[in-house]
Amino acid sequence: MRRIWLSLLVCFLVLQGCTSGQNTSSNTSTSPSLYIENKGSDTIVNLALAWAEAYQKIHPEVRISVSGGGSGTGLTALINGSIPLANASRQIKPEEIDAAKANGLDPQEFIIARDAIAVIVNPENPVNQLTLDQLSAIYRGEINNWNEVGGEDRPIVRLSRETNSGTHVFFLEQVIRKGDKNDKTIFTADTLLLPSSEGIISEVRDNPNAIGYDGLGYVTPEVKMVALSSLKAPDVFVRPSVKTVSDGTYSISRNLFMYTQNLPKGELKIYLEWIMTAEAQKIVTNLGFVPIISSETP
Amino acid sequence: MKPTPRPGDAVVSAIIKICGYSSILFVGLILFFLLREGLPALWTVDLKSLTQPRWYPIEGYFGLLPLILGTLLVTITATLIALPFGLGTAIFLSEVAPNWIKMILKPIIEILAGIPSVVLGFIGILVMVPFLRKFMDLPTGLTAFTGAILLGLISIPTIVAVAEEALNTVPAGYRQAGLALGATRWQTIWGITVPAAKTGILTAVMLGIGRSLGETMAVMMVTGNAAVLPVHLDSLFRPVRTMTATIASEMGEVATGSPHYEVLFLIGIILFLLSLVINIVASYFSTKTRKRTERILS
Repeated sequence: MRRIWLSLLVCFLVLQGCTSGQNTSSNTSTSPSLYIENKGSDTIVNLALAWAEAYQKIHPEVRISVSGGGSGTGLTALINGSIPLANASRQIKPEEIDAAKANGLDPQEFIIARDAIAVIVNPENPVNQLTLDQLSAIYRGEINNWNEVGGEDRPIVRLSRETNSGTHVFFLEQVIRKGDKNDKTIFTADTLLLPSSEGIISEVRDNPNAIGYDGLGYVTPEVKMVALSSLKAPDVFVRPSVKTVSDGTYSISRNLFMYTQNLPKGELKIYLEWIMTAEAQKIVTNLGFVPIISSETP
Repeated sequence: MKPTPRPGDAVVSAIIKICGYSSILFVGLILFFLLREGLPALWTVDLKSLTQPRWYPIEGYFGLLPLILGTLLVTITATLIALPFGLGTAIFLSEVAPNWIKMILKPIIEILAGIPSVVLGFIGILVMVPFLRKFMDLPTGLTAFTGAILLGLISIPTIVAVAEEALNTVPAGYRQAGLALGATRWQTIWGITVPAAKTGILTAVMLGIGRSLGETMAVMMVTGNAAVLPVHLDSLFRPVRTMTATIASEMGEVATGSPHYEVLFLIGIILFLLSLVINIVASYFSTKTRKRTERILS
């Protein structure tokens, strides 16, 4: 009797293990001999999932599990040695490299795609364009009403991702501080920090006072993208799109990265090489990001 | 006749004893772990930094005040909302409602208790946030008040369950005596039954406060998470950031042992102390009143 209970328990645990595995990855029917755990940036998670699915169709012997959590989360897991491949929408920080070196690792960087940060407002909001200076002043807390930038008399509600997001750090450095390394300004204290991209989209969709930012791939048609001008040409307003990002006219765009613990070997190396192929970069375009190949070899 | 001792008895009583003592062990271990990880923050991050008004940990701003006040504001408001509803429901269930209503109402309240807070948070985002913004003409519906309403909903079932139990234990003779003296039903409830059940009702309130103090997910979704000092008159209708939401959204990113990591554990210690204070207050009241009732009864 006791043995039956024990085997039932084992069955249950095994089954549970299966289901929790399926949550994060697409399981292949053949028993996978190789397992790659891929974690990090929420911006990249959809792209990484699409890649993993496509790759597992070609290579059923490999299983890739993808999860999000933020660039910082992924890089921390990479440095702690718990995952072999981290996604990041920002470059690894010097202190993170030091921490990795202390753990005997030598993180390698791969640029896998490009992304634009789209600034979004409610479709009811008449404001269609902002200069980078205005955008910076809004998030510094110097502009507090939409009528100061040509809109209606409404308070501005600023939305941002949480501080563990690579998009947050990028926005802080490139927009609020306008790329000035010595500038120590931070977000105004009443900026709402929302835990997910979806949270920002849904608040902007509902609230005509709101302004938010998000990766181009996440913007839905229910919100309005604002045209931005760069510091160099403050009179030229450009709306973000695959084209304006690849030709460099849209000012706030960035590289997306994957990091490995050391120089990649074996299956991981083959996977990263496959990501650079035209076939994989086509998925990048389909998801609203900007491929890296087309900008180098047009 | 003395029962013959059975070997099974000794085993069972030993297991029960271990279970009983283990909770002390667990609390002790949790406290030890919290203190070990969090106390170093007091000297790695100096006190001046911890008491400043800004919380922006990725740039070294570790002001805890907005978080502590944010938690207090949301918890106290939630309790003020939940108290009349919870107590009223408990009195209605125990003193007024006919049996068949009780049979319907009690399971419904139990269902309310069983709804995961994420689901409530989701409903909050989709329904309450837009409604409150339009109805009260606020800049955004992601406010402390929205969180307090949700927390009130979450803590009502706890208050109802414990308070009703307390009212049920008041001997029927008390009510009969009251009615026999010519008191109306309401006078009996308010003047006799509720005071007699005071201990249990206070415990119910304290448990309700504890429930809303520790709640994380729903609060994180609807309060906007802006670390502002809630010192204005209308702070209740503005975004706040609570301690629990801060730990939940930032724990994943921090490097183990960094100042940020230690400060997050320090927040954990503060939460632990707050719930300790609530428990001490509850037990102080309950022993005090018990003595008096004992005196009256003797």
